[in-house]
Amino acid sequence: MKELLLGNEAVARGLYEAGVKVVSSYPGTPSTEITEAAAKYEEIYCEWAPNEKVAMEVAAGASMGGARSFCGMKHVGLNVAADPLFTMSYIGVNGGLVIGVADDPGLHSSQNEQDSRNYAIGAKVPMLEPSDSAECRDYAVMAYDLAEKFDTPVILRLTTRVAHSRSIVEERPREERELLPYEKNPAKNVMLPAFAKPKHVKVEERLVALRNWSETSGINKIEDNGSKIGVIAAGAVYEYAKEVLGDTVSYLKLGMVHPLPDALIRELAEKTEEIYVIEELDPVIENHCKAMGISVHGKDVFPLCDEFSQSVIARCMGKELPASLSVEEQIPVRPPVMCCGCPHRGVFYVLKKNKVYVSGDIGCYTLGASAPLGAMDTCICMGASVSALHGYNKARGAEAEKKSVAVIGDSTFIHSGITGLIDIAYNRSNSVVVILDNSITGMTGHQQNPTTGYTIKGDPTAAVDLEALCKAVGIGRVRVCDPYDLKAFDAALKEELQADGPSVIISRRPCALLKYVKHKPSLKVDPQKCIGCKACLGIGCPAISVRDGKAVIDHTQCVGCGVCTGLCPKGAISSGEGEE
Amino acid sequence: MKNSVKSVIIVGVGGQGTLLASRVLGSAMLSQGVDVKVSEVHGMSQRGGSVVTYVRYGVTPEDKVYSPVIEPGEADVVLSFEALEAARFLPYLKEGGAVVVNTQQMDPMPVVTGVAKYPENILGKIAEKGVRMIRLDALKLAEQAGSVKAVNVVLIGAMARRLQLPREVWEETVRKTVPPKFIDLNLRAFALGYEAFTEE
Ligand SMILES: Cc1ncc(C[n+]2csc(CCOP(=O)(O)OP(=O)(O)O)c2C)c(N)n1
Ligand code: SF4
Ligand code: SF4
Repeated sequence: MKELLLGNEAVARGLYEAGVKVVSSYPGTPSTEITEAAAKYEEIYCEWAPNEKVAMEVAAGASMGGARSFCGMKHVGLNVAADPLFTMSYIGVNGGLVIGVADDPGLHSSQNEQDSRNYAIGAKVPMLEPSDSAECRDYAVMAYDLAEKFDTPVILRLTTRVAHSRSIVEERPREERELLPYEKNPAKNVMLPAFAKPKHVKVEERLVALRNWSETSGINKIEDNGSKIGVIAAGAVYEYAKEVLGDTVSYLKLGMVHPLPDALIRELAEKTEEIYVIEELDPVIENHCKAMGISVHGKDVFPLCDEFSQSVIARCMGKELPASLSVEEQIPVRPPVMCCGCPHRGVFYVLKKNKVYVSGDIGCYTLGASAPLGAMDTCICMGASVSALHGYNKARGAEAEKKSVAVIGDSTFIHSGITGLIDIAYNRSNSVVVILDNSITGMTGHQQNPTTGYTIKGDPTAAVDLEALCKAVGIGRVRVCDPYDLKAFDAALKEELQADGPSVIISRRPCALLKYVKHKPSLKVDPQKCIGCKACLGIGCPAISVRDGKAVIDHTQCVGCGVCTGLCPKGAISSGEGEE
Repeated sequence: MKNSVKSVIIVGVGGQGTLLASRVLGSAMLSQGVDVKVSEVHGMSQRGGSVVTYVRYGVTPEDKVYSPVIEPGEADVVLSFEALEAARFLPYLKEGGAVVVNTQQMDPMPVVTGVAKYPENILGKIAEKGVRMIRLDALKLAEQAGSVKAVNVVLIGAMARRLQLPREVWEETVRKTVPPKFIDLNLRAFALGYEAFTEE
């Protein structure tokens, strides 16, 4: 049947058709829907792991156990999982092991713009890159054959535009596979120096064999349109190039971006007079061509930064762009904001009021960095809030400890915040860590995690007891606060900042978008009482605005959380029914 | 033969349900046997930011859609769930294209905090550019249909009227896309949007 699938859903379809048995991933835009879609197939065991390193190790173990396995992550997740990747490259596979990595050129939802192709080169493993959903499915299936044929993990690289675009896929049935037998083989699976040394030689030989495969398998193709100009491209960029240049140039369309097909590149160079390598982010293909002694255009014409599109290519290649209209008015930007009723909002309001240094982290709560809250000083990578606060306090001493906190979400804390907290307890800094426990992994679209008590399939399971965990690692002062109660939260924060020894404040209240959360009716501003002082705007709730000098609350948006009521010096905000 | 592709860009504020509109349009076109690509937004901007979804489809079964994205000057239709967003994405409109817009206004945070102003009569300013415009108060129509949440389906109705497929195809697609217990509500919302069509 023909379906209009997201690239990510098509990868999941490929996993299903290839007979994959085990999937372990950590969410991250734009990769999340691969695992969410895979979880809908009963035949596949799927889980959310605490982080990408664990996910990759689970998939590695499943492969060793003889099953086809998969782990999915966003580009920065591969930094976390790089350790197992580099050594699994030496070990190879039993059942096929495929790693799905989604890069985010243009930073639609990421903290950096790194190019995962560098990991395929570094770890010396093959990397496939599909350009639409049909190829997502096809390459996912192909990746397993490749993994088992060449005894190697395979990386499937997507970019946002491929992962999050829908195109037509003709679905095929699943090929059920028997578990491969497990045989104890330390020389293959135990990477002691003596075993790893000969493995490195094998890895180098494998790369040569993979390069030959990339020449002849048909995954990389020359489209000879008899032109003097040749284009080398892969992924979404190939589609943009076809859109702009159509059949007026010849192409080398790459489906395998590591190792690259030298003979095909030479063939294109012989057929044409000028080659353009069109690639987003790093000049990986360009540098390879140049190292082969083939002169090509690349980053001399196209940008290094940001996402490409048909207009980027058209502009860089001197083509005309279509005319367009615009209004003269300044159009204010519309940045993302925390939802109405978001439990994080009150925390940041209190942090701002207390003028503390906020060591930040990644999640919905990173929006606490934007106006009007503006209560975040740093944000590096997942987990760094906790460890970087410890470093900050070690550098600046006791005074800093009284005026600084770390904020970290529940999922992020489990991912890699807990190790930083152990450092705080073990190496004694008087740090205050606020765990924003909204009972879900919000930013990436509401995934369960080890603190929520549910699995990816919605089945009840063990939940991490955050209070007990923090105490167990050596934090003496652990308390739970409701972030809707600004006064109590403020008092707790002041107390913990002054206290001797490290402390953890768990801000506990579920995300306002969760289905089981019951909302109250919208609040109202009494125009008789409102003096137009705009104090309520300081909370940064999208439901509150000022019209004709008076605050108004949009009843279609407000969920009655009540956080704004305490900000009004005149008590003008209430339910209008006298219950507040 | 010339490759003929139509482009519809759907814009709004994260959380308004623009993804449903692109899915309905994509499925409706798929059912007609033409090539389709839809590019969606997931992640950060879904939290109340400015969001954009692209739908591109072939005019005949022979036409092939390459790029999933739409660039300035390429959209046959801009469907906007909010007035300011229509102005933001006006540059994407092709010469001779049409803007279908919900007249609802939602203040972005810089307006709320007072560092920016919501431009006055922004839809009038777009009209002055001589573009074809269909305005409707989708929020009011959705309330009339039975729920403010049906704004997206009201707008699908208004957009459907601009595109060449028969009404039954749209209704069938809406029926298939929304949860079973909301089919009647959504078909009412669709009808109100479809019939609200007044071109300026
Ligand atoms: C290494 C890494 N993996 C994944 C992500 C994607 N990501 C960003 S925030 C986040 C988790 C957010 O959940 P939580 O900490 O519970 O905070 P919430 O969004 O619910 O407020 C994830 C998975 C990332 N940025 N880096
Ligand atoms: S999704 Fe939940 S946690 Fe994220 S901003 Fe909205 S209410 Fe807050
Ligand atoms: S207007 Fe007030 S009560 Fe309503 S959602 Fe916003 S902060 Fe909560």
